Amino acid sequence: MAEILFTGGRLIDPLSGTDTTADVRVSGGRVVEVGSGITATGAETIDISGAVICPGFIDLHVHLREPGREDEETVATGSAAAARGGFTAVGAMPNTDPVCDNAAVADKVAAAARRAGLCEVIPAGSLTKGLEGRYITPIGEMVTCSAGVRMFTDDGKGVQDSRILRRAMEYIKGFDAICAEHCDDAALSEGGQMHEGYYSDLLGLKGMPAAAEDIALARDLVLARLTGVRYHALHVSTQGSVELIRQAKAQGVRVTAEVTPHHLILTDAELQSFDPVNKVNPPLRSSSDMEACRVGLADGTLDAIATDHAPHSREEKESEFELAPPGMIGLETALALMISEIVDPGILTLAELVRRLTSVPAGILRLAGQGAVAEGSPANLTVFDPSAEWVVDPATFVSKSRNTPFKGRKVKGKVLHTVFGGSLVVRNGDIVPEYEAALSVGTSFGAAQ
Amino acid sequence: MMIKHLLSIDQLSTDQIDLVLKTADSFGEVGTRTIKKVPALRGRTVCNLFFEPSTRTRLSFELAAKRLSADVITFTADSKTSVSKGESFKDTALTLQAMGLDAIVVRHTSGGAAKRLSQWVDASVLNAGDGSNEHPTQALLDLYTIKQRFGRIDGLHIGIVGDVFHSRVARSNIKAMTKMGAHVTVIGPPTLLPVTVGSWGVDVSTDLDAMLPKLDIVYLLRIQKERQVDQFFPSLREYSMFWGLDNRRVGLMKPEALIMHPGPINRGVEIAGDLPEMERFIVADQVTNGIAVRASLMFLMLGGSQELPPSEKS
Repeated sequence: MAEILFTGGRLIDPLSGTDTTADVRVSGGRVVEVGSGITATGAETIDISGAVICPGFIDLHVHLREPGREDEETVATGSAAAARGGFTAVGAMPNTDPVCDNAAVADKVAAAARRAGLCEVIPAGSLTKGLEGRYITPIGEMVTCSAGVRMFTDDGKGVQDSRILRRAMEYIKGFDAICAEHCDDAALSEGGQMHEGYYSDLLGLKGMPAAAEDIALARDLVLARLTGVRYHALHVSTQGSVELIRQAKAQGVRVTAEVTPHHLILTDAELQSFDPVNKVNPPLRSSSDMEACRVGLADGTLDAIATDHAPHSREEKESEFELAPPGMIGLETALALMISEIVDPGILTLAELVRRLTSVPAGILRLAGQGAVAEGSPANLTVFDPSAEWVVDPATFVSKSRNTPFKGRKVKGKVLHTVFGGSLVVRNGDIVPEYEAALSVGTSFGAAQ
Repeated sequence: MMIKHLLSIDQLSTDQIDLVLKTADSFGEVGTRTIKKVPALRGRTVCNLFFEPSTRTRLSFELAAKRLSADVITFTADSKTSVSKGESFKDTALTLQAMGLDAIVVRHTSGGAAKRLSQWVDASVLNAGDGSNEHPTQALLDLYTIKQRFGRIDGLHIGIVGDVFHSRVARSNIKAMTKMGAHVTVIGPPTLLPVTVGSWGVDVSTDLDAMLPKLDIVYLLRIQKERQVDQFFPSLREYSMFWGLDNRRVGLMKPEALIMHPGPINRGVEIAGDLPEMERFIVADQVTNGIAVRASLMFLMLGGSQELPPSEKS
């Protein structure tokens, strides 16, 4: 493990409240020295003047598709996409095939991540077996297995049965884990293709009303208060949800929430193209919903930024709109989109953005060794140039999938280097060659198999 | 001058609509000849690509293309077919592209299918109905039929009655009729009127009886029986009671007002089973005119010879 010295960068460490020019020396997998004028013989010295150095980003919500759809993404390629986006830890959603509803699948995912060595992957377990909403999974076994599952969710759908959800919450609380929900009243959103509103009426596409999310979240918050569980609202997308969470937090309910870059930047007007690249669940909402999410992010009602990175194969997204699966990828564009669309317009300061990508999600997941730059702590770091301009070109992505609606968009802010566990895994924006071999593991076949 | 693809009424200016309708006059005349054929598109190939069952629209397009002497091939498939075969919609499109077609007439259960197809092929794409989105040729043939009867569209008050929410015919017709200066009121149970329909430049009513004396045209939409299963209204009987056209309601209409329907008619639901044939009920005109209007479109879009077909009378 090499010794690395970053010199001249702007160190933003939200946990300690640091925002100053400082050198950072990494050795033996840890941050060993933070200060000015550091010299180190034998260390690889990287001048990062003009760039920001901060804790590695943490994404609470990604889909890595392994096991089951390795044609779309693998743990290794997803980890590479994460690293290239500046992330050193990601939470992998359980809607794989087989579903991550037991310790064996969780351990398999975590082991694949260790082999790839590009970022920490914390598998989320499903709340119910097979995501069927009927029987609670072996939550205790997953919490205590080597993967260390700490979030449980049926993401992709919500648990419809309030009794089952209540039991799951009570049980999860006993293990001090997190109950996370994709808030959706399935009866209201059934068959929905996009947000219900002006554009769904205009296009004749079946809508998913904001009420479907609001109702499910309202119920969940009532149950979270009843059970006292730590509750996390996934990908909040409506004005009503933001208001409900604000209210619940004021009342002392233990609730955290995340919001995706796409729900902060895009609206349902995009659907006029009928290009399924804009199809996502929860759907792109109205401009007033988007605005409410921005306000909620700014005032802290929405805690963390999470991508909901959802890879899909080319052929699935090149089918008819109604047949295409929902989801878009986000790991390799998140930072730049947030700087361009959220920091530049003054919704968050750069330091606050870093906080929402680092110490805040680390606190939600209670991740040791992530989310801070301190002497003696594991070296999980990101270095980015906040003013570098580039154009989103999916062909350059290391993710196996290309389904981003931001293709061709001019953005600002580029990840230069990512350090994971003390090793440079991304240098000058590219995966370090010794890690590239891991990316070809897996298969090119998926849905047809 | 003319558009390459016809995907939505939005693409057409009022001048272009006027041209389509004027050109359709010539093709209407061709349809009355003994030999109902002109050589305008001889040697060109038109593919009817139908991913949703349809008889009248497919036959209408087929006849229109044949009147222009085009070669016509037809491909019908369930909308899930290509997918269940493992072929994406784009793969299907590229296969058709490789066949060197000049025009593709596409009908699909999925909204936006025609638009997507047009991005992948060189052929002209004509939208013959995509999901609940649009059915622009239906709207054009309806405009033609209205103009034939009233001599104008501007200033007429048209009531579109029924399931506007699920209707591509309504979406295209509302755009086309308002664009040409008609006053449109949508009428039906609130569950079948889009929540934001008021922003489309139309008036909204749930009271058919109150509207009937004011309308020049009563345009009935087909009510699909499964809508009742989905609880958009309590029963077909109740639907008919409030929004079905029967003899009593015909009596409320202006004497010169017309009744239109895109077909197929659901007798006993939107129209009473015992409603007799009457001069003002002009569904047959719509069908006849459909061929002329579609021929006009294909002629203008594929730009056969830019000369209109000579009249036999001249």
